[in-house]
Amino acid sequence: MKFLRTILDQQGKQFEPGGKFEKLYALYEAADSFLYTPGETTKAPSHVRDAIDLKRLMVTVVVALGPCILMAMWNTGRQAHLAIQGGALPLATWQTKAMETLGLAAFDPSSILANFVHGALYYVPVLAVTFMVGGNIEAIFAVIRKHEINEGFLVTGMLLPLTLPPTIPLWQVALGTAFGVVVGKEIFGGTGMNILNPALTARVFLFFAYPAEISGDKPWIAAQTSPDGFSGATWLSKAAVEGKAALEQGLTWNQAFFGDIAGSMGETSALACLLGAAVLLITGVGSWRVMAGVVIGTILMSTLLNMVGSDTNPMFEIPFWWHMVIGSWAFATVFMATDPVSASQTNTGRWIYGGLIGVLGILIRSINPAFPEGWMLAILFMNIFAALIDHYVIQANIKRRGARYAT
Amino acid sequence: MATKKSEAVLDPLFNNNPIALQVLGICSALAVTTKLETALVMCIAVIAVITVSNVTISLLRNQIPGSIRIIVQLVVIASLVIITDQILKAFVFEISKQMSVFVGLIITNCIIMGRAEAFAMQNGPLLSALDGLGNGIGYSAVLMVVAFLRELFGSGKLFGVSVMPLVSEGGWYQPNGMMLLSPAAFFIIGAIIWAIRTWKPEQIEVDG
Repeated sequence: MKFLRTILDQQGKQFEPGGKFEKLYALYEAADSFLYTPGETTKAPSHVRDAIDLKRLMVTVVVALGPCILMAMWNTGRQAHLAIQGGALPLATWQTKAMETLGLAAFDPSSILANFVHGALYYVPVLAVTFMVGGNIEAIFAVIRKHEINEGFLVTGMLLPLTLPPTIPLWQVALGTAFGVVVGKEIFGGTGMNILNPALTARVFLFFAYPAEISGDKPWIAAQTSPDGFSGATWLSKAAVEGKAALEQGLTWNQAFFGDIAGSMGETSALACLLGAAVLLITGVGSWRVMAGVVIGTILMSTLLNMVGSDTNPMFEIPFWWHMVIGSWAFATVFMATDPVSASQTNTGRWIYGGLIGVLGILIRSINPAFPEGWMLAILFMNIFAALIDHYVIQANIKRRGARYAT
Repeated sequence: MATKKSEAVLDPLFNNNPIALQVLGICSALAVTTKLETALVMCIAVIAVITVSNVTISLLRNQIPGSIRIIVQLVVIASLVIITDQILKAFVFEISKQMSVFVGLIITNCIIMGRAEAFAMQNGPLLSALDGLGNGIGYSAVLMVVAFLRELFGSGKLFGVSVMPLVSEGGWYQPNGMMLLSPAAFFIIGAIIWAIRTWKPEQIEVDG
């Protein structure tokens, strides 16, 4: 691998100040530090070195997303195959043609390989488009603003495709990513400065701009579903109409926990999210306080709604253990709420921030008929309040100390 | 004097734009900009009201007692708005119906009151008229850009004429639903402010 280093060192001169491609230094730096540990050391005295830097932090999150990504591919294929077995026609897309070419046109839901391949044919293009668009925008901003390209987009780019339905048009993915990166992050000054979670900003843009492709009963299964034939409704929307009975008759809790249900590509499996949560918590990358806060908020709010009861709104009777396995609760709790930049920074603040996400998410999910799912909106809303919560936590601490030492 | 006159008209366009720099009159910029047609009518109405009100206030400025000047200004502006509303109802009833309360709400448009208080109270009628015209045009410029983008991307039309045929009508363009919601106007105005301040960095406020 020595030749790689030699090439980088030789070409590097052209990117130094005064060189031919001085303006494109950010691109060179990105390639260099992606391949090798940077050779620079801190020169001034008194500094703390920690083995965990931004790069390692981001990669840990990507590792934690591993189970969700595998589930995304397997489950996207499996739900499509189940629908096709149940009487729905395959979509007239290149993915279907590719499956025929590969000899997997039996669309067998019990074949792990066929499920994986079919799911990957939907998931990988979305992922590729996200990274192409997001990466280019990051690079353009880095060159204009003369800072280094950093790893911030790596996690955003992994998160966004997992939250999208399999049938989403790729141009919408591109537009959403561009909006999320520019409005969610770059206008605030880039990675580490953002108020909003960029992946959720991208998703919320798509949700309001093109609701037909990201909500309702059609987009969640990659097959031609119809209300009279094989229904493409998610369990969450079924629960909103028929309540707990629909869940208990049509589905076992274990099945929902494992993620063998229709939904956004990577969000169906609470088990995969739990494995990811284990990685985040053991390495200390994700905040356990935020996650615990969301769990407590969810349990409190949904139990309260259970006790209040409602004759007209069946969502009121869903107990919290069902709330946690249908829809995107697990994914939002583990990966979206814990985003270290847009969450609260103080420990007390994290409890409040997480708890309010739990309460608001259940409120939006159950009470607002316009939005079937609440976590995206709840988290973005709390992102805005995160700094305010921190401010009051710190002020309260200052006041307490003042009182302790007063005369 | 000549430079002062041209400054009164041209300054509010970019250097001191009422929406982009002073961030006034935002609510009407959100409300009437889903279509170019309503935005244009709104712009004409605001330009008319602000110019006439500036001239009137300027003529009265030596007679108005300082302690009740806000009341007098409001009476002038309110009368003008009512006249505008009646004219719109008489001649372009359909559009006036679409704009509903927002014609009446011109009276709460901070730009008009702001110019009366800040400029017309100190300057002669001619200069005040030019200032009102300039500010009205500065407001309209932003409004028209916002309405252009929102109508084009939100419904594929310009002035109600189909430019990009919609998927639902057999064309190729899928309308962006968010453009028709109010936040889109915020995003566009934000982007305009971003662009103007990149071009003229002296408009950036100092933090603190």
